[in-house]
Amino acid sequence: MSNMQTAVDLIYLLAAALFVIGLHLMNSPATARKGSQFSVVGMVAAICATLAFLIDQGGATSTGWIILAAGFIIGSLIGLRSADKVKMTDIPQLVSIFNAVGGGAAALVALTDFVHDKNIHLATIAPTPAVATALDVLIGAVTFTGSIIAAGKLQGLISGSPIIIPGSRVINTLLTVAGLGSAAFLFTGAANTNVLILLLVTALLFGVTLVLPIGGADMPVVISLLNAFTGTAVAMAGFVINSSALIIAGALVGASGTILTKLMADAMNRSIPNIMIGGFGQGETAAAQAGSVAGNIKQLSADDAAIQLSYADKVIFVPGYGLAAAQAQRELKDLAQLLEERGVEIIFAIHPVAGRMPGHMNVLLAEVDVPYPQLYEMDAANLEFPTADVALVIGANDVINPAARRPGNAISGMPILDVDKAKNVIVIKRSMGQGYAGIDNELYLDEKTSMFFADGKKGLAQIASAVRELVAN
Amino acid sequence: MSQQLLTDLSIFILSLLVGFEVISKVPATLHTPLMSAANSIHGIVLAGAMLTAIQAHTTLGYILAFFAMVFAGMNVAGGYKVTDRMLKMFKPRSQPIAKPSGNSTDSSTLSEVK
Repeated sequence: MSNMQTAVDLIYLLAAALFVIGLHLMNSPATARKGSQFSVVGMVAAICATLAFLIDQGGATSTGWIILAAGFIIGSLIGLRSADKVKMTDIPQLVSIFNAVGGGAAALVALTDFVHDKNIHLATIAPTPAVATALDVLIGAVTFTGSIIAAGKLQGLISGSPIIIPGSRVINTLLTVAGLGSAAFLFTGAANTNVLILLLVTALLFGVTLVLPIGGADMPVVISLLNAFTGTAVAMAGFVINSSALIIAGALVGASGTILTKLMADAMNRSIPNIMIGGFGQGETAAAQAGSVAGNIKQLSADDAAIQLSYADKVIFVPGYGLAAAQAQRELKDLAQLLEERGVEIIFAIHPVAGRMPGHMNVLLAEVDVPYPQLYEMDAANLEFPTADVALVIGANDVINPAARRPGNAISGMPILDVDKAKNVIVIKRSMGQGYAGIDNELYLDEKTSMFFADGKKGLAQIASAVRELVAN
Repeated sequence: MSQQLLTDLSIFILSLLVGFEVISKVPATLHTPLMSAANSIHGIVLAGAMLTAIQAHTTLGYILAFFAMVFAGMNVAGGYKVTDRMLKMFKPRSQPIAKPSGNSTDSSTLSEVK
């Protein structure tokens, strides 16, 4: 091993350590930014070391260098620009795109390596384990197209409702057979270009047919799973080119994606296979004509809501995805600030699936300057509801439905926010429509619940101005 | 199984375990930045893309290498940038709203474009 090789490997090790420390520092919002900066330092070191190694090694054509530099500059400019421009509500799409390009790059590494091996070594030696090449191409390509479809759904370019292709079962079965068959053939070590191309094409198609039938509100699980896939694909690329840096980084991401997938699936009370089969949430379109709920619904005016909120000691805000859809985060923060000035204690209760990706709602509230000590996770928030005077629900539905505690319905067993334990509940909602699960919410019929029928943004603004009037008088 | 493959496999499994341990301690509040940070970490695939790109000698090799570099470059640069943008917003206390600038400007100009 040359000195250069040793130095580069040591820098890779340092980078890997910095990635782990960086992730560790994300255990608190106070240190998270520093963690991300540690990670950047590790990345820059690893890239510089790679560059130095390539220069030292020589043997590259000038075309090779131009390709390398041009690709990097173009890619990073696109990346920086989209990262600068993206709205916080659109973060899930961007993360999905980064999953796609990460998986795509990993698959391309294996393909480039394969082309190179074939042309240069003429299969005299097999420096790359065929298993790794096959898995890298398979997982990377599925992630690439799957993430692009997911991003399209999140952006609204592709219908968010499940798309069922006629005969999709047959298509998926054929693709699986073709994919596994070609992968198995490659496992035997036969370096066959045609088989690799077959594997690539089936994997690309499979990514599409995998994500198309999955409903929009299941996206938190899908993004997390694709994130895990990307990590695994990068780790496989590490096996292909024998790079411990890629293996470690890929495994870290794989672990992160897997944990988030599990957490999201649990929070939605669905199994991962059930989500991947798809077709759930078709009731979303039928929700508009709902409203057949029997019983008495209490309504209140903006003034009544203002009085209840202003004279409370403790108020818990429960924002759901509807809040983000209505772009009403700023109005919610304004109302919180008004009430705080009157001495009301404010807490934001965040359900894990409030948003289109794990933790999304927290970012949306942080953007409008809600301090993070006020953002309570589900378990912490549930300890607070019994002592709250008012719970104000905006754009959340299934995640607060007490029916989840009883067996025998679509959301039985789903972890919920115990909104019904607060002394009073105010729900801002446009109509009595159902949520994603397609069942009625019995919380709305509870006698301590009052409904304020309005668009989230307008409703909050009305309540806020009513509070202002109350204070002025 | 070659010695090299065995070493790689050990590194892979142990890193997975470290990952599970470290990441299970990240609070739900930070799950979006966490995923974004993880996303940037797999931008290390850029190093892999560089190592293979430089070995390309054929037109096909050049094309594949070029796209690998574009994708990996997007991944690593954009990933870190957007993670930092998000983490910057998490503040321990409410800041007095002095002037309507900062975070609100970039999002509002963007919505005007749309």
